[in-house]
Amino acid sequence: MQSSEILPHLFRNEYTKIVSVLCKHIGFERLETAEEIASETFLTAAETWGIKGTPQNPTAWLYAVAKNKAKNYLQKNSVFQNKILPELTKSQQEPTGSEIDLSPENIYDSQLRMMFAVCHPSISSEAQVGLSLRILCGFGIEEIADAFLTNKETINKRLFRAKEKLREEKIAIQLPGAEEIEDRLDPVLSTIYLLFNEGYYSISQNKTLRKDLCLEAIRLCSMLVENKITDKPQVYALLALMCFHTSRFEARQDENGEQILYQDQDTDLWNHDLIVKGEIFLNKAASGIRLTKYHLEAGIAYWHTRKEDTKEKWENILQLYNRLLQLQYSPIAALNRTYALSKANGKEEAILEAEKLNLKDNHFYFALLGELYLDINRFKSEENFRKALSLAKTSHDKISIQKKIDQFSK
Amino acid sequence: MDEYLILMRLDLITKDAQPSPEQMQTYMKMYQDWVGGIAAQNKFVGGTGLSTEGKVIKSGQIMTDGPFAETKESIAGFITIKAKNFEEAANIAKACPILNGPGNSVEVRKVVGVDNTH
Repeated sequence: MQSSEILPHLFRNEYTKIVSVLCKHIGFERLETAEEIASETFLTAAETWGIKGTPQNPTAWLYAVAKNKAKNYLQKNSVFQNKILPELTKSQQEPTGSEIDLSPENIYDSQLRMMFAVCHPSISSEAQVGLSLRILCGFGIEEIADAFLTNKETINKRLFRAKEKLREEKIAIQLPGAEEIEDRLDPVLSTIYLLFNEGYYSISQNKTLRKDLCLEAIRLCSMLVENKITDKPQVYALLALMCFHTSRFEARQDENGEQILYQDQDTDLWNHDLIVKGEIFLNKAASGIRLTKYHLEAGIAYWHTRKEDTKEKWENILQLYNRLLQLQYSPIAALNRTYALSKANGKEEAILEAEKLNLKDNHFYFALLGELYLDINRFKSEENFRKALSLAKTSHDKISIQKKIDQFSK
Repeated sequence: MDEYLILMRLDLITKDAQPSPEQMQTYMKMYQDWVGGIAAQNKFVGGTGLSTEGKVIKSGQIMTDGPFAETKESIAGFITIKAKNFEEAANIAKACPILNGPGNSVEVRKVVGVDNTH
């Protein structure tokens, strides 16, 4: 790796670790100081490495510099020294309150605690996702803005307000107790889920960024299953779901960035390793009594990794959508259920059901009707595709619907 | 939109009327497809099946096993749905697959609060 590539790569991985460890050490109130120390560490690295070349062990170098900077900060900060440090040394197990521990165990522990702190229910889910991207995944403000299709100022403001709020509420950087874990785990899982969806369904043009978002979501969820307190069935279910989806990542888009529909995907591009991993995690998810939406969605995603187009497959998918919709309604799930119904019980039945859905401002709704009428009534099929075209918002959607309409004139 | 309760009544005591495990599976699938269709319209509120055992307590603290001793129409389950009016609720209820069985019935009731006097 060239030295110019090493730093950005290290930044993504090590920035978040340094911030988490420092925060655990000096308290969440000093999150900004921790971020500053981490940023300065990378600035120093950029300057020094540019002149002297990359050190043999860049990570160890970064940790040593971060430790020194933190020590300097602690020494200079007299308020901290005189008022807070005595308190800290009292409450912490290790008597040397000023020793900063960058061992792998402590990094893991700090990041896990940080995950629960930034996903605290006192801040909005948007802010939870933003802070996770910044503090746990090391994304730049610009990248976060790109993922959310907004500008840097909005993201800066959002993150600033969220940090203020967490400070005001005096959120501790610690894992919740056993009795609290189920409740506190829910927002953590939704954040990871949103992070993943941001990567998987985002219309942002930056494909590398989107895939990174998916992989980061998988990494965070993997951290949860590695811990005894947090390795709950719903966590395994979410992890399975993300593995199954990510396995089809490369097959979903052509070289021009255009979406490829499921039935047209080149299955050779599916990632077999991720499918196998997903199956292992899905098995582990099958315990306990709580059936979550992650279980149902993972089940649906599992059946989508089966290549053969059997009645059994679509029957299973249909039943999973039936249950999912009873748990939580969404228009997309309703449309997908109707598609599964057409594959399991036939198009006529699906058309009757589709017409009850009442999603008249949704272009996917008319595209589905167009698809269902295709071999039954060509006139109605074309009419529905035209309605879909008039409602479609993105150019990608318009292009793929136009292609369907063009087939009628052939 | 108001909420309506759909009560499903079945004969749970006559031996001949009880489905085999295979039939049961088919019925469950039909039932789930029906409820799934309601949920897909965002009209499902809640509901569940009920066990076949039960206790009935009558005034005077008299308790009997099972609600089924005196009637072939026992409540097998219920769901709550959202609908514009009785007509729409009844139309949804008409498609309930348990109606395929002779003697079975569904009952539609509008949900009103206890302090709601209209």
